[in-house]
Amino acid sequence: MSNRKRIIFSIALIFALLAVGLSSYFIIERLKEEGAAVTVTVNGDEVAEYSLEIDGEYELNGGTNILVIENGYAYMKSANCPKQYCVNYGKISRTNEKIVCAHNNIIVSVVRAGEEIFPN
Amino acid sequence: MNTKKLTFLSVCVALAMILSYVESLVPPFVSVPGVKVGLANSVSLFILYAYGAREAACVSIIRVCLSALLFGSAVSLIYSLSGAVLSLVGMIILKRVPIFNILAVSVSGAVLHNAAQIIVACLIMENAAIAYYLPALIISGTVAGVAIGTLAALLVKKLSKIIM
Repeated sequence: MSNRKRIIFSIALIFALLAVGLSSYFIIERLKEEGAAVTVTVNGDEVAEYSLEIDGEYELNGGTNILVIENGYAYMKSANCPKQYCVNYGKISRTNEKIVCAHNNIIVSVVRAGEEIFPN
Repeated sequence: MNTKKLTFLSVCVALAMILSYVESLVPPFVSVPGVKVGLANSVSLFILYAYGAREAACVSIIRVCLSALLFGSAVSLIYSLSGAVLSLVGMIILKRVPIFNILAVSVSGAVLHNAAQIIVACLIMENAAIAYYLPALIISGTVAGVAIGTLAALLVKKLSKIIM
C-alpha cells in the first residue's frame, strides 16, 4: 500500500472520529430541555433532589462539596478535590446537563419538569 | 535484548514518566475531566514504530505503574492502566492494518485511552452518567492524537537511524 493511500485513509479515520464526536455532541445539545430540578447522586445512590426555582446553598456528602442554586441555575461553589473540575464546570440548568465530581463520587444532574420531585 | 536496547528503553521509560508528570502539573484548561494532550504517548508510539509491539507495551505499562507508585494512588493506577492497555491494543492492531499511518494509530490510541477511562469511571462510580463527557473526549482525543502522532512521526524520522 502506498504512502499516499495510507495518508488518505488515516485522514478519513480522523474526520470520521471528529464527525462522530461532533454529531453526538450536537444531538445531545438538541435533546436538552428546560430543567426543573437537580438530583444529587453520591456513591451511586440518589440522595437528594432540589428544585431549580428555589435558591439555596446545600452541603453535599457531609460538606465536601457545596452546591448552590441561584436564579434557576445550579453550580458547585466549592469542593475539596485538587483539580476542581466540578467547580470550574460552571452553571447548569438544562436537562441531562451534569456536574460530576469523580473525586468524591458525586453527580449533580438536571431533570425535567413533570418528573416526580420528592417521591417520598 | 542487548545492553544498548535495554538502556535505550529504560531512558524512554524515564522520559515518558517525566512527560506525564510535567503534564499533570499544567492546570486543566477545560473543565471536562480526562481532557489532556498525552505527551507520554509520543514515547510509546515512537517505541512501537522503532522497535515493535512488545517493547512498546513494556515501556508503556512500566511507565504507568511507576508513575502511579510515585505520584498517584490505587485509583489513579486503575484509570491509567486501563487507558494504557486499551490504547496499546488498539494501536498495535491498527499498526498492522496496512491502510493506516502513524497519525491514525496515534488518534485511535488517544480516543481508546479516553474511552477506557470513561468505562472505568462508570464502573467505579456505579453510574453511567459520566458517559455524558464521551463526545467531548472523542473530539479532544482526536485533536490530541493528531498532535502527538505528528510529534512521534518526527521522532521516528529523526531518531530511527541512531538507535539500531
